[in-house]
Amino acid sequence: MARVVFPDHLLSVTGGVREVEVRAADVRELLLCLAERFPGSETALSKSAIAIDGQIHQDAYLEPIGDDSEVFFMLRLEGG
Amino acid sequence: MAEATEFKAIGTRPVRPDGVDKVTGRAQFGADLNLPNMLYGKVLRSPHAHARIRRIDLDAARAMPGVHAVVSGADFPGAQHGEIGGEGGGDVADVAKNVMARDKVLYHGHPLAAVAATSQAIAEAALAAIEVEYEVLTPVLDLEAAMAPDAVLVNENCFTKNLPEPAEKPSNIASVMTLARGNVDEGFELADVIVEGEYRIPMAHQGYIEPHACTATVNESGQATVWTCTQGHFALRTQTANILDMSVADLKFIASEIGGGFGGKTVVYLEPVAVMLSTQARRPVKMVMSREEVFRASGPAAGSCAKIRVGAKKDGTITAATAWLAYEAGAFEGAPMGPGAMCVFAPYDLENFRVEGFDVLVNKPKVAAYRAPGAPQSMHAMESALDDLARELNMDPIDLRLKNAVAEGSQAAYGPKFPAIGFRECLEAAKAHPNYQKPVPEGAGRGVAAGFWFNAGMESSAEVHINEDGTVQIIEGSPDIGGSRASMALMAAETLGVPYEKIRVLVGDTEASGFNNVTGGSRTTFATGMAVIQACEDIIAQCKDRAAKTWGVDADQVEWEDGQAIPAPGVNAELKPLTLAEIMKTAARTGGPILGRAALNARGPGAGFSVNFGDLKVDRETGKVDVLSFTAIQDAGKAIHPAYVEGQMQGGAVQGLGWALNEEYIFDGNGVLENPGFLDYRIPVASDMPMIDTQIIEVPNPSHPFGVRGVGETPIVAPLAVAANAVRDAIGRRVHDLPLSPPNVLAAIEEG
Amino acid sequence: MSKVHVTTRVNGDPVEFLCTPEQTLVDVLRDTLDRTGTKEGCSTGDCGACSVLLNGRLVCACLVLAVESEGAEVTTIEGIATEEGLHPIQEKFLEHAALQCGICTPGFIVATKALLDKHPEPDEETIRYWLAGNLCRCTGYDKIIRAVQDAATTLAHEA
Ligand code: FES
Ligand code: FES
Repeated sequence: MARVVFPDHLLSVTGGVREVEVRAADVRELLLCLAERFPGSETALSKSAIAIDGQIHQDAYLEPIGDDSEVFFMLRLEGG
Repeated sequence: MAEATEFKAIGTRPVRPDGVDKVTGRAQFGADLNLPNMLYGKVLRSPHAHARIRRIDLDAARAMPGVHAVVSGADFPGAQHGEIGGEGGGDVADVAKNVMARDKVLYHGHPLAAVAATSQAIAEAALAAIEVEYEVLTPVLDLEAAMAPDAVLVNENCFTKNLPEPAEKPSNIASVMTLARGNVDEGFELADVIVEGEYRIPMAHQGYIEPHACTATVNESGQATVWTCTQGHFALRTQTANILDMSVADLKFIASEIGGGFGGKTVVYLEPVAVMLSTQARRPVKMVMSREEVFRASGPAAGSCAKIRVGAKKDGTITAATAWLAYEAGAFEGAPMGPGAMCVFAPYDLENFRVEGFDVLVNKPKVAAYRAPGAPQSMHAMESALDDLARELNMDPIDLRLKNAVAEGSQAAYGPKFPAIGFRECLEAAKAHPNYQKPVPEGAGRGVAAGFWFNAGMESSAEVHINEDGTVQIIEGSPDIGGSRASMALMAAETLGVPYEKIRVLVGDTEASGFNNVTGGSRTTFATGMAVIQACEDIIAQCKDRAAKTWGVDADQVEWEDGQAIPAPGVNAELKPLTLAEIMKTAARTGGPILGRAALNARGPGAGFSVNFGDLKVDRETGKVDVLSFTAIQDAGKAIHPAYVEGQMQGGAVQGLGWALNEEYIFDGNGVLENPGFLDYRIPVASDMPMIDTQIIEVPNPSHPFGVRGVGETPIVAPLAVAANAVRDAIGRRVHDLPLSPPNVLAAIEEG
Repeated sequence: MSKVHVTTRVNGDPVEFLCTPEQTLVDVLRDTLDRTGTKEGCSTGDCGACSVLLNGRLVCACLVLAVESEGAEVTTIEGIATEEGLHPIQEKFLEHAALQCGICTPGFIVATKALLDKHPEPDEETIRYWLAGNLCRCTGYDKIIRAVQDAATTLAHEA
């Protein structure tokens, strides 16, 4: 099961849950799982950047998630 | 990934493809296009920092001979709330209102009407003829006033986002965030030494030398062409389409050459206005900001206040750290609180920390990105605190950082684990650097600091066409702001095995190139480069296929080497290699023209770390600070064109030093910027600076075929604290606030 | 407002134009004469992007009235290269990667020409002070100074 961690600013959509374990083959499946577990979280979660095992993705969707992956939701970034 | 590969093209320093045009005056920048029958557009700007617009009367201006269009907020489609995606995006309604105010003006210089006329003089006279009645409101001018519980509101409909419970009443705090790990109270209890400080940095401007400029022409069927200087013509097209409620298909954006941006040219200011004026006038409209308008009403970097507390054991191990970071967003939300908060502790492996961030509205221009947005402000505070800590512990500042530095596998403060990074390598290189071994000159102080930026990937597209003589044309859509055509050509040369001189690069307009996100976030060499490499790989596959057809063998019996198709080892050894030119000679018979392409959202931009140090001398009589020497060390992953990597490092260093020593937005009590020109907003000149020594570290980014990391943002981060720490070293007291201008430094000396 | 007739030379060519009395030379060069190689960064004499030579003297074209060019010889960036090709200053700017965005480059090259005409062998300090009126926000000046030093050496050898 992958470890999925939410930052503080998403706790309002996860009802205060900071960390969950999810079995998902990729980000698409992960988002579906999370939408089921936290109804109404879709928009906020899909607008986040997602780091999977250290790689930050601004628009993750098809990225594979391993069984022991660490997944972090993050604020989207912008640069100069 | 190419490990320890011998590169042929990459790592060399050829003249850039657009070089000759730029040293002869041929290159066309934003303000260089004049069209027949063209009008001049000018903007009416608010004389108040905060006021309600009671009435605007445009009739007198409309009636003037030579005036062909007059617009105000009411002429723009009702701005719908919604996101404009991508860099420089944000809420459509906010961007629209920043372009042209509706019911309220929110900063001095906020546009509220515009005219187009046959000459600049007539346009100015028309602006003077516009009558506006204001109800002047109290301006909110600093973080304290804005965050006070009973503050005057910049926006009555702004409710703080990201609170655990939805906000009940409006506030100037647009959003908040926290990042935390472990238990800071316990961490501080374990500490032998605790340092703390509060650091303030005023708004500063990117200071690109070319003012914003564009020329728009709209025909009777509503098709618009916009020529503009921008870091991203696709992004500006999206923003303009959203604001004007147009289809992107009706907007063709052409990126001119661009005279600097540093993040400030990722947002629309003039473009939607010029399109609107041209639609009304049915003639081309050119708009160019004056330098004063650039200072007053484009997007400077956020002013900030940072409170930092760091505790450590005697051996230097940090046990806990907290940061409270408030950023001035200007008149609309969107200060770089997020990245600032995520960067502040990023270089260090911390068990216990807590970061709080605040995005705060004030009646000042809406801030825009400026190189590593948010990071210079927050990291200036942390890197200053670490300097204090090193002093308390009697440790070398580099050793203190080495003791706590993140490495591959460390959990970054912003969440994930780091892949391969080069921070320790930078620290070790700094320690071993001959400049660091030298004694500090008499009367000077030495400062050390680290810098960090995530770097970005995002969307890029590229096409590669092989010309009939075997030369190569690249078409991509990332404006070349500092030599990226050269790096694209080098990566193509390396991939294809073709000499650099045979490659041409076009930055195509929105109709000629596939979508490319902005040149920003240090993404172009990485992401657009990756598209170019993949498009070249596409070419190679096709060329192998053509060679196979020519030879009558299977495609898997052909290999590509040094720009030619060769028979695979061991088979068909009698076949003579086919060069690109030879393949093209018969291309018509083997399947037609050869065109490679790639479109991608680049994954895995490697994080960029730096370590900078410098010796600065303080004149104890006047408080003036002089930079005697400066050394910038940075991990570039792999430097494609080392001279332009060094240039990024040197330019960023000097921008950072300017911000640290001199640059600041000075507002009067009414919110009027008092220094809107290069005379009073003084950026460093040649005689202010020494040579900037550079050392490029190359810890390859495992996610890029050549190991590239972005290099553009990181260089501006460390110099702020380098300057602050050097002045601390020189005068024996810490000056917490920037800039370290003569009056501020002198005051500190006199207090001490 | 009635316009004034001005006769001048730009990069050796005889040129005539009409301008209003308050129009600046940079405006006329760029908008009337289509010499857009000269850039405008501030219009107040603070950035040097508009540097041109007026009778061989370095001036900010935004601070010179167009009428002041009557009977004068104006040299702009378009007049620095010769029939043989690029001027050594231009070559050295390219070789040393002394430009990033390139908006300041025309001004720097014209100012460098004025410097080297007057001080063929300048030391670093002289170069830095001579070019202090030209702002560059991209390069941090390092590579520009090195390009000027190298151009000075090359020109000294040629002389
Ligand atoms: S435009 Fe003339 S000095 Fe800036
Ligand atoms: S190269 Fe951009 S301002 Fe000098």
